[in-house]
Amino acid sequence: MTNGGGIQEGNIVDLISIQKTFDRIKAVNDVSIGIKEGEFFSLLGPSGCGKTTLLRVIAGFEVPEMGDVLINDKLVNSVPPNKRPTNMVFQNYAIFPHLNVAENVGYGLRNSKLDKNLLQKRVRETLNLVGLDGFDNRSSTALSGGQRQRVALARALILEPRVLLLDEPLSALDKNLREQMQFELRQLQKSVGITFVLVTHDQTEALTMSDRVGVMFDGNVDQVATPEDIYNKPRTKRVASFIGSMNFFDAEVSVRQDNSIIALNNNLGKIRLKKESVFGMEGSKLSVGIRPEKFKLISNDNKEAGRAVSAIVYEKSFLGQTKLFNLRFKDSENVITVSTSDLKNAPNPHIGDAVKFIWDEEDLVGFYEE
Amino acid sequence: MSFSEQDKKGWRLLGLPFIFSLLLLAVPLATMFALSFWTQDYLVLKKTFTLANYKQAWFEPVFQTLFTRSLLISFTVTVFTIIFAFPVAYFISFYGGKRKALWLFLITIPFWTSYLLRMFLWKVILGYNGVLNSFLEWIGAITEPLTFLLYNSNAVVLALVHGWAPFAILPIFVSLEKIDRSLLEASNDLGDTAFKQFFRIILPLSMPGVVGAVLIIFIPTIGDYITPKLVGGPEGLMIANMIQVQFSKANNAPLAAALSVTSLLIVGSISILFVLLNKKHLRNY
Repeated sequence: MTNGGGIQEGNIVDLISIQKTFDRIKAVNDVSIGIKEGEFFSLLGPSGCGKTTLLRVIAGFEVPEMGDVLINDKLVNSVPPNKRPTNMVFQNYAIFPHLNVAENVGYGLRNSKLDKNLLQKRVRETLNLVGLDGFDNRSSTALSGGQRQRVALARALILEPRVLLLDEPLSALDKNLREQMQFELRQLQKSVGITFVLVTHDQTEALTMSDRVGVMFDGNVDQVATPEDIYNKPRTKRVASFIGSMNFFDAEVSVRQDNSIIALNNNLGKIRLKKESVFGMEGSKLSVGIRPEKFKLISNDNKEAGRAVSAIVYEKSFLGQTKLFNLRFKDSENVITVSTSDLKNAPNPHIGDAVKFIWDEEDLVGFYEE
Repeated sequence: MSFSEQDKKGWRLLGLPFIFSLLLLAVPLATMFALSFWTQDYLVLKKTFTLANYKQAWFEPVFQTLFTRSLLISFTVTVFTIIFAFPVAYFISFYGGKRKALWLFLITIPFWTSYLLRMFLWKVILGYNGVLNSFLEWIGAITEPLTFLLYNSNAVVLALVHGWAPFAILPIFVSLEKIDRSLLEASNDLGDTAFKQFFRIILPLSMPGVVGAVLIIFIPTIGDYITPKLVGGPEGLMIANMIQVQFSKANNAPLAAALSVTSLLIVGSISILFVLLNKKHLRNY
């Protein structure tokens, strides 16, 4: 697959054609990904897509049947987790209940035969790094979710791994704390400079925190790209619909030109798409996607009204910063969603009103249907 | 004093168990305790307070020997049972897969036979013309039967370790089952080898089960009566055998009671001390 795989200069982790099967179900199917040194990389996908398995392959808890794992350009296929330069923050944090906070954090360092005073100093420094000053002697069973997460983080970071693996670390936290931790994790990653690989099913989390995101479905990686590209230039229809919301229209290809494709849809009429934003095995049927905020509602006296399409408002909702309109076409089942954040100037039609809208061709993406 | 409806309901609910424990636990214990301060002359009980029974029980060499031997045997049995039971429990918990229930079932099968029979069978195995001697003679390893196998403390220890094994396996198994497997991955991830992991995570977290097993085995075996009687011979006898003799043949129930109370005190204080020493392992996670 062409998604950043293959050994490249500056990669800290290279996954090459990884395949892992559980009970005859392919959890990971021929996945190749290169993770760059020092980046914040997220594996994003719905539950059961194989993202956690892939993370565990990097950690060494799962051994793939096929493919190679390289960490720091060394083949580590048969290297056990305790010998890999990776450390993991587990989904349930896996804090040792019989040890206090300092003993938990210093757990891995005890293996390095470090001088006792030095060890204590390092533990305190790391606790300070994650914002748990003075928690040394606290019982690990008397911590809140957020504190447990910080202990798990400190316990992994103290070993200064080349790669820190995080398995849905924020999923157990409530919304406010989660947003705060997203920010803190990002800051922490920048300050320590360690490569972070985060597994998450939360699109917002992946987009806000990461330098690059790998989107996975059914054991395959559909796209590896920056958050902007994932959002604006999704490569497959499932990526497009998984990240944010998107309107889809079925269309028939009518004309192919050098740089663009013209397709026909019952409701939108002639649609022109850029050739570079149409993906998939070339065919005659196309699914055209556009984000709700890329539609622009216009008033009848607008000079662009000539190229506008008209539909009827049947639902509207106010979401604070934005307003959502659900529109329906005459004689059609098709429904589209339009959102606008320009609450001052954009038309504000009532339910039942006809409204006109336009779009720009560069905001369209197309996916050939099988 | 007046009772509310709820109080009455509570008394009705608790009444029967309360009478049950009173009659079957408290009364016998109190009787034995009282008895230990009396004296007996043939069949007549003299109910004047005396410490003579305790003086005899604590200072006469024969009783001291029996107490020491009982403690030693019970201690050895406990240690060996735990040592043998732990790997079994570990295997079932970590490698039992989908057959854990089957394994546990198999372990409890010997319990379908009576304890007496199982102990008696050790006589058949270890005896002069027993299974072991016959086998060794048959393969030519010995020319005449070994006599040190049966009728001594070692035979008692062997039989008791066998008899009590499941009582150690089950609590240890339960505590191993309770260990969150992600803790093992975490320790592995943080650099532990399997060996280190055992001593840093698995053993400390399974201590509640180990402590439970120790108490379950130590407390009853010290007062075991049947096993030393069957396979112990004269030098394998334990304190319970003496208590029985005092109660019946020797017609000295007060001395028997004093021996019983003493043995109760010894077992009780050792058990409490043991639990206190392991207090930090017994937190409920």
